[in-house]
Amino acid sequence: MIRPTQVPMREQEPWARIRNFEEVPFGYEPEEAVAEAERCLQCKKAPCIPGCPVQIDIPKFIREIREGDFRAAIRTIKEMNNLPAICGRVCPQETQCQAVCTLGKKHEPVAIGRLERFVADWEYEHGVELPPVGQPTGFRVAVVGSGPAGLTCAADLRRLGHAVTMFEALHEPGGVLMYGIPEFRLPKRIVLAEIENLLRMGVELRLNVVVGRTLTVDELFALGYHAVFVGSGAGLPKFLGIPGENLIGVYSANEFLTRTNLMRAYLFPEYDTPIKVGKTVAVVGGGNVAMDAARTALRLGAEKVMVLYRRTEAEMPARREEIHHAKEEGVEFHFLVNPLRFLDSGGRVSAVECIRMELGEPDESGRRRPVPLPGSNFVLPVETVIVAIGNDPHPLIPRTTPGLAVTKHGTLVADAEGRTTREGVFAGGDIVTGAATVISAMGAGKRAAQAIHEYLLSRYRQKAATFLKRR
Amino acid sequence: MYRIVRKKELGPNLVELEVEAPLVAVKAQPGQFVIVRLHEKGERIPLTLADWDAQRGTITLVAQMLGKTTYQLGLEYGEGDCLQDVVGPLGNPSEIELYGTVVVVGGGVGIAPIYPIARALREAGNTVIGVVGARTKALLFWLDRMEQICHELHVTTDDGSHGRKGVVTEPLRAILAARKVARVWAIGPAIMMKFATQTAQEFAVPIIVSLNTIMVDGTGMCGGCRVEVQGQARFACVDGPEFDGTQVHWDLLLARLGAYKEEERCALEQYLAVKEGRR
Repeated sequence: MIRPTQVPMREQEPWARIRNFEEVPFGYEPEEAVAEAERCLQCKKAPCIPGCPVQIDIPKFIREIREGDFRAAIRTIKEMNNLPAICGRVCPQETQCQAVCTLGKKHEPVAIGRLERFVADWEYEHGVELPPVGQPTGFRVAVVGSGPAGLTCAADLRRLGHAVTMFEALHEPGGVLMYGIPEFRLPKRIVLAEIENLLRMGVELRLNVVVGRTLTVDELFALGYHAVFVGSGAGLPKFLGIPGENLIGVYSANEFLTRTNLMRAYLFPEYDTPIKVGKTVAVVGGGNVAMDAARTALRLGAEKVMVLYRRTEAEMPARREEIHHAKEEGVEFHFLVNPLRFLDSGGRVSAVECIRMELGEPDESGRRRPVPLPGSNFVLPVETVIVAIGNDPHPLIPRTTPGLAVTKHGTLVADAEGRTTREGVFAGGDIVTGAATVISAMGAGKRAAQAIHEYLLSRYRQKAATFLKRR
Repeated sequence: MYRIVRKKELGPNLVELEVEAPLVAVKAQPGQFVIVRLHEKGERIPLTLADWDAQRGTITLVAQMLGKTTYQLGLEYGEGDCLQDVVGPLGNPSEIELYGTVVVVGGGVGIAPIYPIARALREAGNTVIGVVGARTKALLFWLDRMEQICHELHVTTDDGSHGRKGVVTEPLRAILAARKVARVWAIGPAIMMKFATQTAQEFAVPIIVSLNTIMVDGTGMCGGCRVEVQGQARFACVDGPEFDGTQVHWDLLLARLGAYKEEERCALEQYLAVKEGRR
């Protein structure tokens, strides 16, 4: 008899967690993990594998958990995914592997993400095995950006024996995993531990290098790198372009989250970076970043946090789990509402004037387009606004790299394997797709690593041959 | 880590630092800035480049001790100490061309970043007229350097302790009234740049200003540095820091500079109290 529902994962109570930045779910205990693993049907043609952007052999690792061989399970995952502790926490499994789970047709699907997280955390407690590093090839690859795409690409290239240097613009590696995703959703010690593993594999890390300013892509080649991977991320925050948006108290979600996560402003004045959160906060947007911002605002002391979204809950791009957590914590959702302008009092934002919307015909994204209802304007008093409506790609690298074509949206032109229009330059992650998920960036980094490997071997066939002979 | 190889007190609460940052030194151009973080718990602050030496692999920064971070830099960091992070050069370089006669205006700590711009303008063949000013004589610095670069140098102090008594806009107005000037650069406190802009506008002379806004990353990611230029939101870090002064929404800029006034005051007071207690 199969248990119809997932083994629940214990988590901090909402009333307690909105006062701290600690992680919300506690993760499975071994018995809970085994019990959940026993729900897996072990399908022959497992639909979950193609449902995974990096094609982890999911039934195999679940079988290994069931057998109590957690070491084998983590090895299976790590064949395809270098960052399981991160993916187990932030992947949208409900739209990927778990969405196609056979069990899900009748019951709740297997909690694949929770199981992945369980074995990754188990490995941390019981000793991390580093993946084997290949024999040195003599090739050097520069990886621009140390977010999900860069970390994955660097690890795979290193496994293939290439010398890899990661260049990071900020003072800490990890990209969005450090500056964007909050501590309560992805503890920073996990990200730093993953990066530490990469360094132990021999990946070199150079912080404080803004490629396009400190060094250009051409200069990387001149320094002797044989290929360059660009995983520089999403870039410049979008704003609404409405009156009053530059008032004090209006933040981009990037700024709000960067101050809190990367700069630890929640520990001001022990840490030097301040952040200001009023009693009433409005978050504009409906994605995961909006949920992160809303839940962060609560933890920074806001009494009332409202999410303003111009469509309905059904169209929200945020993960269900994040919406659920936000609701549990007391975040208010105002659907079919669009801000028109911000009002001020003494230079600071004091209110937002909104208009009600209704859903009209579907637009190019397939979602029904929100249209304003004339005369439905109303004013909400707020002290802080966080605009979380996405990012535009950063123009710095395309602008300073001859031969690198961009799309009309400003993202880099690259094929599925990450080849750009410039020989030897590969790209993946948000700089190619626009804002997407951690796992899709990792998938892109992984495919690009393979493509870089093939490129190096064919482009420098002679060099590779002599090098291998010499050895 | 970025080692301080030379430190000099230029005046009360005014320090000059030469810092090892070889990659920045090679790439630096007039008008660009760096982001500095002193230590693990530090904030990221933008400082405009005052000079650089590619051979020595160093950059020169001038900082006025105003808030906790700059006080700590001034009081605790000496030769041989290291800054945790220095990243750059950031922002767009000044547009250096042969314009003819140009006026460069440096107010207070703004004398430092105006210097490399003046030098580049001179090297490009311009006739360079300098105007520098400070509240009082003790806060004036690099007059010798500016004298070497400028064909003509006007000096003002608010209290008349050195040079002409008054503010920089007075000699600026006199110069613009007397001769044909192709372009003005002004760097200093926002209020000074605002008035310099009004002065240049009176004579319909283009004026470039360098906006030192509050920043976090300095690479375009956060948008905290946004300013309104020509009615459009622009990011000082990637679209600037230099802008056409006549298009800047000055009052908004001045307001945004004060966004964290309370927090800054509290952090500084707490810091100085602890320092005081230790003594």
